[in-house]
Amino acid sequence: MLASSSSKLSHATLVHRYPPSKLHSEEEMSDTVFSSDENEMNYKRENVTHKDDENLQCEEFEETPLYAAILTYLSYAILCLFGWLRDFLRNSNIEKKRGAVDPNAALGFVPLYQSYESFYTRNMYTRVRDIFNRPIASVPGAQFELTERISDDYNWTYRYTGKTINAINLGSYNYLGFAEKSGPCATDAINALKTYGVSSCNTRIELGTQRYHVELEQLLANFLHVESSIAFGMGFATNALNIPAVASKGDLILSDEMNHISLILGMRLSGASYQTFAHNDMKDLEAKLRAAIVHGHPRTQRPWKKIIIVVEGVYSMEGSICRLPELIALKKKYKAYLYMDEAHSVGAMGKNGRGIMDYFGIDANDVDILMGTFTKSFGSAGGYIAGKKSLIDHIRVNSHANTYASSMSAPVVQQIISSLQLLKRPEGQKRICQLADNTRYFRQKLVDMGFIVYGNKNSPVVPMLIYMPARVTRFNREMLRRGIAVVTVGFPATKLLDARVRFCISAAHTRQMLDTALMAIDEIGTDISLRYSTRHQSRRLREL
Amino acid sequence: MGSPANHDNVASLATDFYSLLESFKETPFYHLLFEIFLVLTVLWLILFRKPRRIEKKLTEKEKQELIDEWQPEPLVPPVDANHPALNVRVLDGIVGKTIEIDGKKSLNFATFNFLNFVGNPRITDKAIQAVQKYGVGSCGPRGFYGTIDIHLELEERLAHFFNCEEGIIYSYGFSTVASIIPAYSKRNDILFVDEGVHYAIQKGVEASRSTVKWFRHNDISDLERLLVEQDIHDKKNPKKARTLRRFLIIEGLYMNYGDLCPLPRMVELKYQYKYRIFMDESVSFGTIGQTGRGVTEYYNIDRRKIDLISSSLEYSVGSIGGFAVGSSFVVDHQRLSAQGYCFSASLPPLLAAAAIEALNIMEEEDTTLCDTLMEKSKRLHQKLLDIKGYLIVGEDISPLKHLRLTNSQNTVARLEEIVEFAQTRGITITVARYLNDEHRLPEPSIRLILNVEMTDEELEFLCTVLQEARVKVTV
Repeated sequence: MLASSSSKLSHATLVHRYPPSKLHSEEEMSDTVFSSDENEMNYKRENVTHKDDENLQCEEFEETPLYAAILTYLSYAILCLFGWLRDFLRNSNIEKKRGAVDPNAALGFVPLYQSYESFYTRNMYTRVRDIFNRPIASVPGAQFELTERISDDYNWTYRYTGKTINAINLGSYNYLGFAEKSGPCATDAINALKTYGVSSCNTRIELGTQRYHVELEQLLANFLHVESSIAFGMGFATNALNIPAVASKGDLILSDEMNHISLILGMRLSGASYQTFAHNDMKDLEAKLRAAIVHGHPRTQRPWKKIIIVVEGVYSMEGSICRLPELIALKKKYKAYLYMDEAHSVGAMGKNGRGIMDYFGIDANDVDILMGTFTKSFGSAGGYIAGKKSLIDHIRVNSHANTYASSMSAPVVQQIISSLQLLKRPEGQKRICQLADNTRYFRQKLVDMGFIVYGNKNSPVVPMLIYMPARVTRFNREMLRRGIAVVTVGFPATKLLDARVRFCISAAHTRQMLDTALMAIDEIGTDISLRYSTRHQSRRLREL
Repeated sequence: MGSPANHDNVASLATDFYSLLESFKETPFYHLLFEIFLVLTVLWLILFRKPRRIEKKLTEKEKQELIDEWQPEPLVPPVDANHPALNVRVLDGIVGKTIEIDGKKSLNFATFNFLNFVGNPRITDKAIQAVQKYGVGSCGPRGFYGTIDIHLELEERLAHFFNCEEGIIYSYGFSTVASIIPAYSKRNDILFVDEGVHYAIQKGVEASRSTVKWFRHNDISDLERLLVEQDIHDKKNPKKARTLRRFLIIEGLYMNYGDLCPLPRMVELKYQYKYRIFMDESVSFGTIGQTGRGVTEYYNIDRRKIDLISSSLEYSVGSIGGFAVGSSFVVDHQRLSAQGYCFSASLPPLLAAAAIEALNIMEEEDTTLCDTLMEKSKRLHQKLLDIKGYLIVGEDISPLKHLRLTNSQNTVARLEEIVEFAQTRGITITVARYLNDEHRLPEPSIRLILNVEMTDEELEFLCTVLQEARVKVTV
């Protein structure tokens, strides 16, 4: 039943195919998407690309096992019961009330928080608070130092012992390993500090634009093969403050249901109407596109001024990749515009690190608005938008961030410039290959051991499902005890049932580090029975 | 009443009725049933049947035609190539007290470098040390290994500086207040907002989806009017009023106007009408008050009476980012609810290190930076008042002033000419830039910012140049 074995780890293997979207069956493709007077050679070429796409698009989302679902609901029910009990004890003063108290409580002010909002915080989040917000005391590279903190009162307060724990870092977004404190990028950043200081204290539109901003934007445009680009100081703000510049009242935005909250905030602030379509489901998207054009605005029946489809390159909680070739086909057919947020994919995907377009071999000019961040793959901070010059000029004039926010700091910009230049050289290419290798190796091993892993086999974001809140917490703590730092997420960042651990693979991880992690996962996975997969056989690491 | 004719009528009616009943008994059952059914059908037709709507079902062919015909607008409208955003001045070097443009040195009265920390060697050294220890980026949000010990140190230092319980830092000044407001104020809550607040606050207010009541800039009587109205409204529905939160959103020193908010009166009203005060001290942090602790120090008000003070690290401190301080009860909520904190990468450690060193300088025993700044601002204000033809907007102690031309001469074009002329003479100033969708677009003005290191002669020179410029432009 197994489709792969350990000897085929160095290149992509087809593990289990998620049914491809029935948007166009292969025979019809040439008629509907490509004009019929395209010569045969072109057709053959496109057909081959389509087959390749299936390979590149290979994603797996195994269904939740029934017993796991039942036990998870039961866990939350028990937690709620205990929560109510504890609240009752606290309110009747049998148990001491911990946590801060409103200084204005007795003066007749309306309570600042609803009691049900903080029910979750008091009774569920505080129990497991130690697995989040762990402070570190070193560069967030492949290995780092965590500051040791101990709680004497069940996570209400912490004290720092002053010691640090050395751990392998599977949690930070360091895909290409640029989080370094020495090396060419760090040296360049230090030189930039000496030349330019920390900040210019002004906005881009007034006196905040420096030569290095212009250089960064040109370099970025060349790297992505687009006409022009503009950079901002914060990735979150790039989405939230620039979508309003592009969309406005009377437009329709179709967004994937798993989109990041910065995109949703941007859509809300723009005043445009928005609808969601099922995650990566091209049929649903096409149906909604057709309905939107035919019926227009649901109440006024006026036709939409324009339609924008918003997707992400790599979804950070699912590990899936957007179906870009099909999206481009749809967008051209229905005259919509495409906005792609490549926060996790720029630098990490594709032969040259150019992101999802590079991965699928698509011309960058087909995507109307390319957005990305510098935090994940370039070891810096900030975000950018790239596209045609007319688009970027419009954003320069109308963006909130360009007019009101401080321009980017010199060392931050220099780090990006240095890493972009490094990516063109063989050393950079080595990092990209190393990341791809590490990703495939790690994913393959996890799947072979029988764990449920979501997402595309080439995506460096590896979510492994654990479902139950208690197991999630125990997994995290056990991993730390073995010297590996991981990120576990549960409700409300994910759906109630789908609590998971999300590994972020880096080019800086050596094979030895990955093996250490895999051994630990194997042990813990056996201890607390995390091998849920029914599609793949459960095996121990030593059997592989 | 009792006449025989009536009696007869009643009697005949009674017999008729009786015989009717008898005939009912004699009719077959199915006949009765049928009659009742007909009666009910008539009643239903009259009362309950809705008129048939014309079904708007389109055929596939029609749908395809609509799809083929639909033409979207271009993605973006064309922009004016002469817009200032497309013709910015590109600098190269430290933007400190003096800057070099086109090879010429000029005095910088345009950037928010109040305490002259830009290019400060102590701060640069600390930032370099931070890069050598932590690298450049923090590679993650605060919840997932993006919390670096230097962030915790900065938060503690800020809380200590303001003598508050807790502090929280953000990685971008604009997003600070724009994330804070929606974290506390939800749909149906009431926000009383001054009309002159800057754009980030306006966006925060918009993102919160609460009911917004704008009051005229710095007009306490207008605020009182709104409060009284709300009070009357509350009394009609006291149960609902007990669940609606109220907030007052103001700035300490207004960026668009350079004047202070009337804080003492607002605090009095707070306890009378039971709203919470969120004050944004982006500009007043480090510039107002004996030691730079802001408007609360200036007015000598207990900082615990203000529920939350938010500010920016991008002005006086010379770094990047923002922060908020207040009681633990209020501030801690943001760690789980503020979008710009939870879902965004944390501040690069070198910028946090720079901010800590700037705080060190501000807290030194013998420093008189803020005091000096207020004094110089007063002197500059006096000098500017002596120039004819300008309207100076702002407090005398404010290091940020707005300059407008008097009468109807105040246009952006004229102000830009003044800026150009000043540049040729070695003074760099700037016209304040806004987006058109501000809630209340301020009048065009030149934003003048005073650097604490400016000498009296340099201030004199500034005034001379401004005088000459006005004469040249309004001739």
